[in-house]
Amino acid sequence: MLDGPSVVAALQDCGVTHVVWIPDSDLGQWDSALSTASGLQLLRVCREGEAIALAAGLHLGGRRPIVVIQCTGLFEAGDTLRNILHDLHLPLFFVIGVRSYYAHKQGASTDSCPVFTEPILRAWQVPYVVFERNHTAGDLAAAYRQAQTKNQAFAVLLAE
Amino acid sequence: MMTLRESLEILAARRGQRIVITTMSSAGVWPSLSDTPLDFTYIPSAMGQAPPLGLGLALAQPERGVIVINGDGCTLMNLGCLVTLAHHSANVYLIILDNGLYEVTGGQPTAGVGHADFAGLARAAGIQRVYTFDKTDAWRAGAAEALTGAGPVVVWLKVEGRIGQKTPKAPRSMTEQITRLRQVLGVKP
Repeated sequence: MLDGPSVVAALQDCGVTHVVWIPDSDLGQWDSALSTASGLQLLRVCREGEAIALAAGLHLGGRRPIVVIQCTGLFEAGDTLRNILHDLHLPLFFVIGVRSYYAHKQGASTDSCPVFTEPILRAWQVPYVVFERNHTAGDLAAAYRQAQTKNQAFAVLLAE
Repeated sequence: MMTLRESLEILAARRGQRIVITTMSSAGVWPSLSDTPLDFTYIPSAMGQAPPLGLGLALAQPERGVIVINGDGCTLMNLGCLVTLAHHSANVYLIILDNGLYEVTGGQPTAGVGHADFAGLARAAGIQRVYTFDKTDAWRAGAAEALTGAGPVVVWLKVEGRIGQKTPKAPRSMTEQITRLRQVLGVKP
């Protein structure tokens, strides 16, 4: 289970410097822990494409940001993601909340978010992993470190 | 009204050691005025995203300001960036070159031509330091004040539109630009 304090501890341990985000109702529960974390700056933006571009600037300037958004924002931010990952080749790390993932899996939701999130990431050539309830902040840290080692963009999809 | 080149010549004389990010029309002219590792031609781009890119650089390198030269079309594509800039204390100087046109696509008018008040939008977004210039002499006289001191700053420059311009190209590859920029900033690859 990923909660704010454990996520913060994992990100601090990984040397992440900035979290650029627009939260959804699940990710938003991390707000308090993220906004008070030492050595970790929480940056709020207005739209998800901005989050990616801002993180790109931080990365160019030598910092270690991650982007935390909901899948709906991923859909909106496609052009920025394409540009930053595939034109500028910046290996950004994403945590993306997938709205209605569990309900969809149970056939109890008509929300199209879970239908399109993974195909869109595959289309944009972004490797990813789905985190369900059994995943921990340690798994998040491991995913981040692996992406850093490979110097590649990577997304953790957080089932909601 | 001033020409695009005149507006950029004045800016080039005042940029100091700041990073300069150019987009669209400005990217076609700026390399003839300045072509150092601190000049970053944001081509290929995600239109509208140069301001947050510059904000990220400014936050990463707080001792070094960042000038972002945006078009009016780019700015209209991401007006939320004004609110984001206002929210963060960083030395970002957003220059909005307003010619009322999508110049690089053949000169079609933007949706904001003649009525979009970029200074008003910036102020309403919460940016304290906002300047407007529509004549060369006024911009020349006011540039020092506008480009000195803490950001965020928005400078709205009304420039003549040009028709028949080719889509600008970056003077070197993006990979080479990033390598040069990081070297001069002392950032390890």
